[in-house]
Amino acid sequence: MNEYTLNVRKKTFKRESVLGFIFISPWIAGFLIFTLFPVLYSLYLSFTMTGEGGNLKWIGFDNYLRAFGERDFWLSVKNTLILSGIGIPIAQIMALMAAILLNIRMKYQGLFRTIFFLPSVVPAVATGLLWKWILNPRLGPINGFLEELGIAGPGWLMDPAWVKPSLILMSFWGIGGTMVIYLAGLQNIPDELYEAAELDGANSWHRLKSITLPMLRPVTLFNTIMGIITSFQSFTQVIIMLDMDGGIEKSGLVYGLYIYTNAFRDFKMGYASALSWVLLIITAISIAITMKFFKDRDN
Amino acid sequence: MIKTNKRRKVTVYIVAIFLSLLFIFPFLWMVSTSFKTQDQIFDAPMELLPNPFVTDAYNELFTETDFSRYFLNTVFVTGMTLLGVLTSSSIVAFGFSYFKFPAKDLIFKVLLATMMLPAQVTMIPQYMLFDKLGWVGSFKPLIIPTFFGGTWVIFLLRQFFDTVPREYAEAAKIDGANELMIFFKVYLPLAKAPVATSALFVFLWTWTDFLNPLIYLHDDHMYTLSIALHRIASGTHYPNWPVLMGGSLLMALPIIILFFTSQKTFINGATISGIKG
Repeated sequence: MNEYTLNVRKKTFKRESVLGFIFISPWIAGFLIFTLFPVLYSLYLSFTMTGEGGNLKWIGFDNYLRAFGERDFWLSVKNTLILSGIGIPIAQIMALMAAILLNIRMKYQGLFRTIFFLPSVVPAVATGLLWKWILNPRLGPINGFLEELGIAGPGWLMDPAWVKPSLILMSFWGIGGTMVIYLAGLQNIPDELYEAAELDGANSWHRLKSITLPMLRPVTLFNTIMGIITSFQSFTQVIIMLDMDGGIEKSGLVYGLYIYTNAFRDFKMGYASALSWVLLIITAISIAITMKFFKDRDN
Repeated sequence: MIKTNKRRKVTVYIVAIFLSLLFIFPFLWMVSTSFKTQDQIFDAPMELLPNPFVTDAYNELFTETDFSRYFLNTVFVTGMTLLGVLTSSSIVAFGFSYFKFPAKDLIFKVLLATMMLPAQVTMIPQYMLFDKLGWVGSFKPLIIPTFFGGTWVIFLLRQFFDTVPREYAEAAKIDGANELMIFFKVYLPLAKAPVATSALFVFLWTWTDFLNPLIYLHDDHMYTLSIALHRIASGTHYPNWPVLMGGSLLMALPIIILFFTSQKTFINGATISGIKG
């Protein structure tokens, strides 16, 4: 290679790099302004409190220590973990069963899929109001139906013991989004595996246990992680169905709500920032545990 | 693939129909409530059909509340977001796909990593930033950031642009096209399907967004539908259910219509956002 072509190459390479950076510059700028700076500033804020005259005062780990001594902090952690720990596994099983059902060749398959999927695109505010109305203890259709059967329905959102079951019940209405991901996963399993198993005389339970579930493990892992991320940040439906305090006896006070009220009702920006970092850490730990759980079962 | 005898087939249908009814029932209850009178709700709560059938709830929404205004506000914010996210993201995605430049893979990995970051971490400093700029209480915090690209859309479009054969661009180059023309004349026209998928999901996310409008919109005349419905619902101790259900239905309707006109795109997008997101 002579010097001339080398120079031309260098020049085109440089030109290409510059153009590349120009094209992606909107994202770079947005990343610096709306993500990187906020992340760093949030970390800094988490070690401060707003003092007199609105000045930030460095207080070290006090926000974190204060959170660990706060009753509502632990309550919101507990509520979030209960809702996720019970809600996510059940929702996964239901979404998977729905996907298996709608993967069976039948007439009107498309229509059934549409019906199962549609609730998952309804706006969260509309879903929250609708279910608040459906679960109304006196005038709602669920308790009305139970009454016809001679059963006295529970107080649902009015009864602290029933608030969490109500929220979990409502979340089942939106499993369609998870279901279509399972459906895609099911369609990726080669038919030959089932045919071979059938020749070996495996019944449908065996086929589910030794082919479907193992082949779907990556999809299940993915869905579970997405479920964790969504569930840990859940906010909208809770504030719509209950209120800012998480309803009666704060039984629906979830972590997302606790951050929101501290930041935007009480304007404790430092404390709320510390809470958001705790959320990040709890989320990361939960995802790591989930991945380890799935990996262990692989071996 | 799966052998089904007749009895099993019947069982499958029965289960599917039963579950479908469970999924549909809440919709029916929403629609029917919105056409009922308050009296019927209290006197005969279990009747599914409105009797008498009235449109009082809708009249009330449009006369007693500023519903058409809320609707237009939502259309405005969603429209501007679509414009912002789609233009900026397609340019950025093309940049990532077409050019070679130092640290490209690392930068793209950072981009993917930001998708995992909980919104709560950036929400507070963003608010303080917009507050300093005097933007709180305006549409600016909802719209301006969208002109810097949307991560999911950049990811989706880059995946697509990577599949475009290089020869197309080379041919255009021989005809004297520069990179900007290659983007507009070669890549963008090919990307109709992924752009449509992106548009659909950006629409869905923006139309239904609650947290951002809640933080930034404080004047009644600027509310989007989600905030307006929340305020109408929490404004009184005894909620007017026909009005709330009518409002919820009107808010959900554009999405439901869109869903039925582009169902394939919806389901493909949900799968992509799932498996690859």
